[in-house]
Amino acid sequence: MTSPKSKAGSTGQGFNVGHFILLLVIVVVCVFPFYWMVTTSFKEQGAILSSTPQIIFRPTLGNYTTAFQKFDIGASLINSLIVALSTTAISLILGAPAAYAIARFEFKGKRDLWFWFISNRMISPIVVALPFFLIARQFHLLDTQLVLILIYLTFNVPIVVWICADQFRNIPKELDEAATLEGYNSFAIFWRIALPLAAPGIAVSAIFSFIFSWNELLYALVLTRTNAKTAPVVATSFLSGYELPWGQIMATGTLVALPVIIFSIIVSRQLVRGLTMGAIK
Amino acid sequence: MSVDKSKRTYSTGAFFFLAPAVAVLLAVGIFPLIFAVGVSFHQFLLPKVHWHGNFLGVWPIYDAPLSWFQNYISIFQDDSFRDALSRTFLFLIIVLPCELVLGLAIALLLHKPGNELLKKICRVALVIPMATTFAVVGLMGRLMFDANYGILNYLWSLIFRSRPNWLADPNLAFFSISIMEVWQWTPFCALVLFSSLTMVPLEIEEAAKLETAKWWQILWRVQLPFLLPGITAILILRTADILKLFDVVYIMTKGGPGSATELISLFVQRIGFRAFDQGIASAQAIVLLIIATLLSRFYIKFVYKEI
Repeated sequence: MTSPKSKAGSTGQGFNVGHFILLLVIVVVCVFPFYWMVTTSFKEQGAILSSTPQIIFRPTLGNYTTAFQKFDIGASLINSLIVALSTTAISLILGAPAAYAIARFEFKGKRDLWFWFISNRMISPIVVALPFFLIARQFHLLDTQLVLILIYLTFNVPIVVWICADQFRNIPKELDEAATLEGYNSFAIFWRIALPLAAPGIAVSAIFSFIFSWNELLYALVLTRTNAKTAPVVATSFLSGYELPWGQIMATGTLVALPVIIFSIIVSRQLVRGLTMGAIK
Repeated sequence: MSVDKSKRTYSTGAFFFLAPAVAVLLAVGIFPLIFAVGVSFHQFLLPKVHWHGNFLGVWPIYDAPLSWFQNYISIFQDDSFRDALSRTFLFLIIVLPCELVLGLAIALLLHKPGNELLKKICRVALVIPMATTFAVVGLMGRLMFDANYGILNYLWSLIFRSRPNWLADPNLAFFSISIMEVWQWTPFCALVLFSSLTMVPLEIEEAAKLETAKWWQILWRVQLPFLLPGITAILILRTADILKLFDVVYIMTKGGPGSATELISLFVQRIGFRAFDQGIASAQAIVLLIIATLLSRFYIKFVYKEI
């Protein structure tokens, strides 16, 4: 009874129950914490604090109004957006040409430069955060969006270089040679030929840069207080207290995480490509 | 001669493409690092030092007394730094194998034919944990592991008839942060390994299937060579990320109870910004940087040898 069934499964025909259930378990495990956070954000405190979890409950928007009024989550979401967009734009302007140079030109020390770029990923943020705090304090840059935009470049530029260099390498060299014969100089080749062809890779690196900046906590925690506070920092304001306002906390969590999760689901194909591109080459 | 000339023009071209990125990274990445080295040689208690203007307009000068290698010496005499480091490596060797094995299992499930629609949904669902803001993952963890109201605690009590206080017990707290880390990053391993599996030429896989029906033989003999680069990359990236890990743990336990979950980043952050000893913290950060650099050099060499 079982052997024909498994055979059918392994050759791809028919419906395999075990396979189906396992896949379903994966989906549930991935989605459940997120689902639980969102539903909790719509619950009254009483429903949250019952000792048996409430699956069915009367939804309320009260937690969201409190989150906006009490924790000023709106302003921090705008801060996050400004910081993430600016640092992504600057990283692309700086990183894409550098990636092109690494992919196309031969020069002394190229290998070392490449190592330097990618080893930036290995540096723990705390190493940079300590001195940056002291320097920023002296230049009165603490608690500004600018200081976050600058410090986020330390991880975003390497990401852009890493992903884009890979993309530029895949553009056939013959195109460059043909363009040189046409009288293009290297800037024109970069701008008019390489850049448009590398657009998918650049988009992937922009997505990563944006998501990493949006999600960053340590630098924002150390370098901002009130004015430039980003959304993840607000999530740390609930760390103490005995009876926590879980509804408000989860409303805040939903507001912080939901935009990026939706964005990531929309661009999930590019995201997966970017994640695996560097990895399997 | 002509080769030499063409090489030179290429180099000047490269210079203009590279200069902006390199200049900015030097300014925001390397300059603070050099400054940190300077601070690490001083006795630098934040409330006690005063600012005395800037050298050349950029390098802040403080009246902190020079203490040479005293900070470094005290790090190595003090057990807590070593404890935080070994705690971090313990975390690494617990979490990483789990992520790899579960990731491989998921990748194989995704690679198996059948249930195409559900597999598509599954691939999208796998993106969710990775994209969730790390701080929010910490909040989710606190909610689900809560001693009284947590859903995971509730499910646990249905099976084991007890409600442990997960985040208050040192071992259970360590276990809880490991669970959240595995939840968030197993999908990454799964997606990387899945795309490695798709690189196996179909003919080879079909031929192997005719020869044996056992999936582990196919995995071992046919698919493993294609998986190796992906596995190496996962090892590198996850190691780097776990040495940096801060957000989830900071929110979930803030390093506690005691210092049971205080991984190295949290430890250095506490010394620098909650104990305000910037001198010691900078020295610790430099030591951490040296360890991370040595590890990454080792890994990069290892990988480039493969290619």
